[in-house]
Amino acid sequence: MAETLLKVNDLQAWYGESHILHGVDFEIGRGELVTLLGRNGAGKTTTLKAIMGIVTARTGSVEFDGRETVGQPSNAIARQGIAYCPEERGIFASLNVEENLLLPPQVRQGGMSLDEIYRLFPNLAERRRSQGTKLSGGEQQMLAIGRILRTGANLLLLDEPTEGLAPVIVQRIGEVIRTLKSRGFTILLVEQNFHFAATVADRHYVMENGRMVDTVSAAEARASLDKLQAYLGV
Amino acid sequence: MFDGDLADLLQKIAAQGTLGLINGAFYAMLSMGLAVIFGMLNVINFTHGAQYMMGAFAAWLMLTWLNIPFWAALVLAPVVVGLFGVVIEKLMLKRIYHLDHLYGFLLTFGLALVIQGLFQFQWGSSGAPYPAPITGGTNLGYMYIPTYRGFVVIAALVICLATWYGIERTRLGAYLRAATENPTLVRAFGINVPRLITLTYGLGVGLAALAGVLAAPIYQVSSLMGANLVLIVFAVVVIGGMGSIMGSIVTGFGLGMIEGMTKVLYPPASNTVIFVVMAIVLLVKPAGLFGQTR
Amino acid sequence: MNPQSRSPLALPLAVALAAVALAAPWVVYPVFLMKTLCYALFACSFNLLLGYAGLMSFGHAMFFGMAAYFYGHVVKEWHWPAELGLLAGVLGAAALGLVTGALAIRRQGIYFAMITLAFAQMVYFICVQVPFTHGEDGLQGIPRKPLLFIPTENDTVLYYWVLAIFLFGYFAIYRFIHSPFGQVLKAIRDNEQRAVSLGYEADRYKLLAFVLSAALAGLAGSTEAMVLHFATLTDVSADTSGEVVLMALIGGLGTISGPVVGAFVVVAMRDYLAFIGQLVLVLQGAIFVLIVLAFRKGVVGEIADLWRKMKAKRA
Repeated sequence: MAETLLKVNDLQAWYGESHILHGVDFEIGRGELVTLLGRNGAGKTTTLKAIMGIVTARTGSVEFDGRETVGQPSNAIARQGIAYCPEERGIFASLNVEENLLLPPQVRQGGMSLDEIYRLFPNLAERRRSQGTKLSGGEQQMLAIGRILRTGANLLLLDEPTEGLAPVIVQRIGEVIRTLKSRGFTILLVEQNFHFAATVADRHYVMENGRMVDTVSAAEARASLDKLQAYLGV
Repeated sequence: MFDGDLADLLQKIAAQGTLGLINGAFYAMLSMGLAVIFGMLNVINFTHGAQYMMGAFAAWLMLTWLNIPFWAALVLAPVVVGLFGVVIEKLMLKRIYHLDHLYGFLLTFGLALVIQGLFQFQWGSSGAPYPAPITGGTNLGYMYIPTYRGFVVIAALVICLATWYGIERTRLGAYLRAATENPTLVRAFGINVPRLITLTYGLGVGLAALAGVLAAPIYQVSSLMGANLVLIVFAVVVIGGMGSIMGSIVTGFGLGMIEGMTKVLYPPASNTVIFVVMAIVLLVKPAGLFGQTR
Repeated sequence: MNPQSRSPLALPLAVALAAVALAAPWVVYPVFLMKTLCYALFACSFNLLLGYAGLMSFGHAMFFGMAAYFYGHVVKEWHWPAELGLLAGVLGAAALGLVTGALAIRRQGIYFAMITLAFAQMVYFICVQVPFTHGEDGLQGIPRKPLLFIPTENDTVLYYWVLAIFLFGYFAIYRFIHSPFGQVLKAIRDNEQRAVSLGYEADRYKLLAFVLSAALAGLAGSTEAMVLHFATLTDVSADTSGEVVLMALIGGLGTISGPVVGAFVVVAMRDYLAFIGQLVLVLQGAIFVLIVLAFRKGVVGEIADLWRKMKAKRA
């Protein structure tokens, strides 16, 4: 495995009064694409949120690029180079497409330029002046991903990017994610759609009840679909 | 003879309507400030009237103690009062964001009482005059208007449109609009949202103070000038809805005009016509003329 | 903002309070006590609306003040007996409550507060101009009339009447809260969508609570006019509206006994600190700020909290 970019140790997290994460441990290497799999309620989204610092409370250790971030507020964490693409996409209705794309500030060098993003997502270029929420689901998802590419963040947290989208669009997003991986982005992906996850990931982590219960490499996954399907309750 | 009466009436209506724009200018500036603060902080800034009054007093004090002229006060007073607003936000408002909105209302109400009470204690409630920086009148054809008052209407319009532009067309404005919608996500992108909130409050307060400076030569400087105004501005805000900046501007100027025209058509109602309009709007479009239901 | 539940101390405490209430006029200036009781009832009516319907009215003085004017007018100008005067005040306030409430209920939360504030201001402006109120001078010289044939010239006698009126109002609120209406109102306050989906017309219940609250505020206002022999613009002013909110805050929002404590504090402050003049407003404002920042539960609420914590420690 390449050098570690993100190291999470005994991460506990609370959302309101609920204790959701009970001690999560895992690592991601630079340039890897790792997925978090698990049933609904397993704590996958909360893990991403905890890394990003937007949960009510968290303890444990989250080391990013060698620096401890668990005590920092979310805006400081973002500025270290982590970017978050939420499940609900979070497109701002009071901004148009281009304003949405330009909103996240540049936190490091090396982000994609607006033109490069438009080349990756041509539909967004066509609709640049449209109000953000007037886009279709698929376009909004592309906008949500495109938004964080400009910042220069090198760790991308993607929460269920294919949820509720037509197969054709899911395929497109898969291509985009593979392209991003080839450009050196490190990606932590939360997915319910195991088949999609299998096409892009280097490794899979399986979560249950706020803990990691298994790790499966891409090769093992290909060999034994049943094991994972059992975890997902499919 | 009948024609003369009608022309006379129309002239009076036009004249009072135009004068009404002066009141309307202040309704617009203040309701816009309230709307911006409410959008970002989810707090109805009852202190807005007191901060408007502080702006007027700052200009007056600067003139009488330090010989600082109007045009300089126009810049300095909003800065001073705005900084005061920043202090309020950091020391007090920040602590209550997680509570029910009504607590914000109560807190700012209490602050308004304190500020007003102190000014009233020190300087009484009768007004002190402030010399108008522009003297003389202008002939508009159908009426004479004191030039300073005409200037105020135009200045207010410029200020309102500049604020609108700042919010709708600039990068900082985009941050503001986004943070109003989803502050958590905006913060997760790396923007210091708490600082943005403080800045917004400071700017809103500064805007109120700016209105106060402009008001000083027209309405005299008194400790109660804000108290009376803020209640009317609330009605304006309910009528316009707090969804859009442009809505506050249009509603503010419009109601000022209506108030002015009522002075001609049915004088006893001129005090209450805005409230009557509010009642009608509540019947017909409760979310406000430009409002989105929040 | 949740109402307090009964504790085992309730009965002995009630008895002690009754004893104090009955003996009070021999120890404390009766007019002060009567004023406090009027404002206590006023504050209770405000609290009913806030604690049980979740609606904060920032213009409650319009009901209080208009009722005072109604009472004064019918008793002085039309020579009605005091009992009918009180009724006139209550009904007048209720009618005003019906009209303003129907409009104000269309919005929620902060908007509701602003609307009630605006309507109260409108009423104030009308009162300034309309001859019936005698404007700045106020309605003076309202004669004191016997109640139920008992002469009330003696302040102490009148005090017991006012106490009776207050208790009547207080228990009316109590009965309302514990009635089926009150339960539905609580459900609406806690989760309006749920209540509506169960078939309850939330707006009707809220309006009912609003009118009841207005009527009780009217009872308080008429009683005040009866006691003080005058009704003035102050009674309908924004200052008075703000004061009743302060009373409820000091006592503890949503507690049933809080407003009484709050009324006592505010009236005492007003009367005994009159020498500091305008600074009373500053003091009131400072208390508002302090309570919101640090003592949100109010006197009664914080004491009840402390009591619960002490009991928990012993357990």
